[in-house]
Amino acid sequence: MSLDQETLLDAYRRMRTIREFEERIDTEFKAGEIPGFVHLYAGQEAVATGVCIHLRTEDYIGSTHRGHGHCIAKGCDVKGMMLEIFGRKGGLCGGKGGSMHIADLKQGMLGANAIVGGSPPLAIGAALSAKTRGTDNVAISFSGDGASNQGTTFESMNMAVVLKLPCVFVFENNGYGEMTGVDYAVGSKDIAGRAAGFGLPSVKIDGADFFAVEAAAAEAIERARSGGGPSAIEAVVTRFYGHFIGDPQNYRAPDEVERLRAERDCLKNFRERVTSDGSLSNAQMEEIDGQVGTLIEESVNEAKAAEFPDETELLTDVYVSY
Amino acid sequence: MPTKTIRQALNEAIRLEMRRDPTVIVIGEDVAGGAGGTGKRDASGGALGVTKGLFSEFGEARVIDTPITESAIMGAAAGAATTGLRPIAELMFCDFMGVCFDQIFNQAAKFRYMFGGKAQTPLVIRTMFGAGLRAAAQHSQSLYNIFTAIPGLKCVIPSNAYDAKGLLIQAIRDDDPVMFFEHKAIYDQEADVPDEAYTIPFGEANITREGGDVTIVAFARMLHLADGVADELGKDGVSVEVIDPRTTSPLDEETILESVEKTGRLVIVDEGGPRCGMAADIAAMVAQKAFGALKGPIMQVTAPHTPVPFSPVLEDLYIPGPEQIVAAVQRVMQPEVAGAK
Repeated sequence: MSLDQETLLDAYRRMRTIREFEERIDTEFKAGEIPGFVHLYAGQEAVATGVCIHLRTEDYIGSTHRGHGHCIAKGCDVKGMMLEIFGRKGGLCGGKGGSMHIADLKQGMLGANAIVGGSPPLAIGAALSAKTRGTDNVAISFSGDGASNQGTTFESMNMAVVLKLPCVFVFENNGYGEMTGVDYAVGSKDIAGRAAGFGLPSVKIDGADFFAVEAAAAEAIERARSGGGPSAIEAVVTRFYGHFIGDPQNYRAPDEVERLRAERDCLKNFRERVTSDGSLSNAQMEEIDGQVGTLIEESVNEAKAAEFPDETELLTDVYVSY
Repeated sequence: MPTKTIRQALNEAIRLEMRRDPTVIVIGEDVAGGAGGTGKRDASGGALGVTKGLFSEFGEARVIDTPITESAIMGAAAGAATTGLRPIAELMFCDFMGVCFDQIFNQAAKFRYMFGGKAQTPLVIRTMFGAGLRAAAQHSQSLYNIFTAIPGLKCVIPSNAYDAKGLLIQAIRDDDPVMFFEHKAIYDQEADVPDEAYTIPFGEANITREGGDVTIVAFARMLHLADGVADELGKDGVSVEVIDPRTTSPLDEETILESVEKTGRLVIVDEGGPRCGMAADIAAMVAQKAFGALKGPIMQVTAPHTPVPFSPVLEDLYIPGPEQIVAAVQRVMQPEVAGAK
């Protein structure tokens, strides 16, 4: 099924927003403006977007420590995200969560997650909830190649099959779990194949190709929505930055990132595809580029100008304070 | 004597023990700098930087990069420990104990007793704890109290480079599972550290300041705050004794009790929380065993009963600071002052 022009423009806007957001976060972090640990999603935009373009607001996603892209793709407010990452009042979690814990439950975004393998069990819980309440909503578990090895992930895949839950496990294989290579850490070297072993219909796709992602996601999400149970998608992607901002990445060959940026850029691939088949024009995308640039600039300026949380916030949102 | 950071002292302790004993191995995520990449091996020495260079000296059979699978790491280390190895397992952040707790507290901790004394589990689990790096709720906790509560585990919290080396060597040579907690904000603190191997026995507190008016017990980063407060209050004529227990299990009750018998006043400073934590534990012990010596209430200076917040302004409020320690000391010095808290 080919996507209409409106959907394609929407997809481009989401991917462009993620890229611009992450590159600006990198700059601001290095300038000392952002505290804490930050993990960038740049290079993987087609996965979050290709999946979330087929989701409704009422559908759920569980994310990872590298979660900014999932948030944006699922419709989280970009300015609220920026405020959160800067630790300011008005952030999506009131400044209490930060980059690794951005959540927006109204948008079905169940949280970035700083525990590797923390999200898959939560995602099947959301799927269980959706099914038990009689909705046709679905839940997506986004996780990386690293989390694909966790026991929590194996347990979740099995339970999803046992309970026939409306869930899709999306494994973003970006080549590294933190600093360790995927071919070392995944013994079978085949994340999709392993998911198939649990009884999930599974595919392995090129995650730098938005169209491959959205096609696989459309099928898996439709299966989940219509009562056909869970599926898995392994999307092979690349990480344009280190595990975290500041990671010297000596474990990667010196030219690796530069080469991947040249050869495996999902935004470049998208642009080439839609202009060559005439479905979108450069002018349409340049207009979006300008709008996204303005949005990110405003977001950063507003975040920098925003107040920090009130001191009283330390003792709110807990049952008791001693 | 050469000056070394805590990070260097820990590295040296592991290196010396690996040279001395071929059964000592290191296992954990990225401890060899990340296997299977396209670049250099041994590039980083794990997220903590402590194990850098060990892979180059001892090779992949003894410095083992693992997948990100904490239960398997801890279980493998426990299983290997009961069958002839002395593993040093690294768990990047103590918060990740949530993933692998069973293998530590139901398995490793129990073997010796549960098997009627027939099993030894010479296992060291090194992990990073503490707030201050804006690392938020799942990377900033101080969870040693949980492990202190479990019979069968020993629990170590070094505050300086000299102790870090001696305590880690002791831990590696110990035949029981040892939880070794390293505060993430003090890895670069320096102290004089001998080049050779030495051990510091568990259960022996270190008195870092001698004084007669009030006793402060503190751990790791909080110990340095307490020392600073002691120095400042000394100028005002308040003589503060500061005790670093160094291990919470076993706990050197004797040194704490002797100090309180002398000063009659006790403040405990702990980055953990106020409930069921080290401060409450030590306060209860002193109240029971040295009640007659007390001239005022025992004061606990702890983090609040909340998760660790991300925003710097909130995290700074969360972490106990010198002002709170001073206020607590003033309170025990003048217990009759009403309304002080």
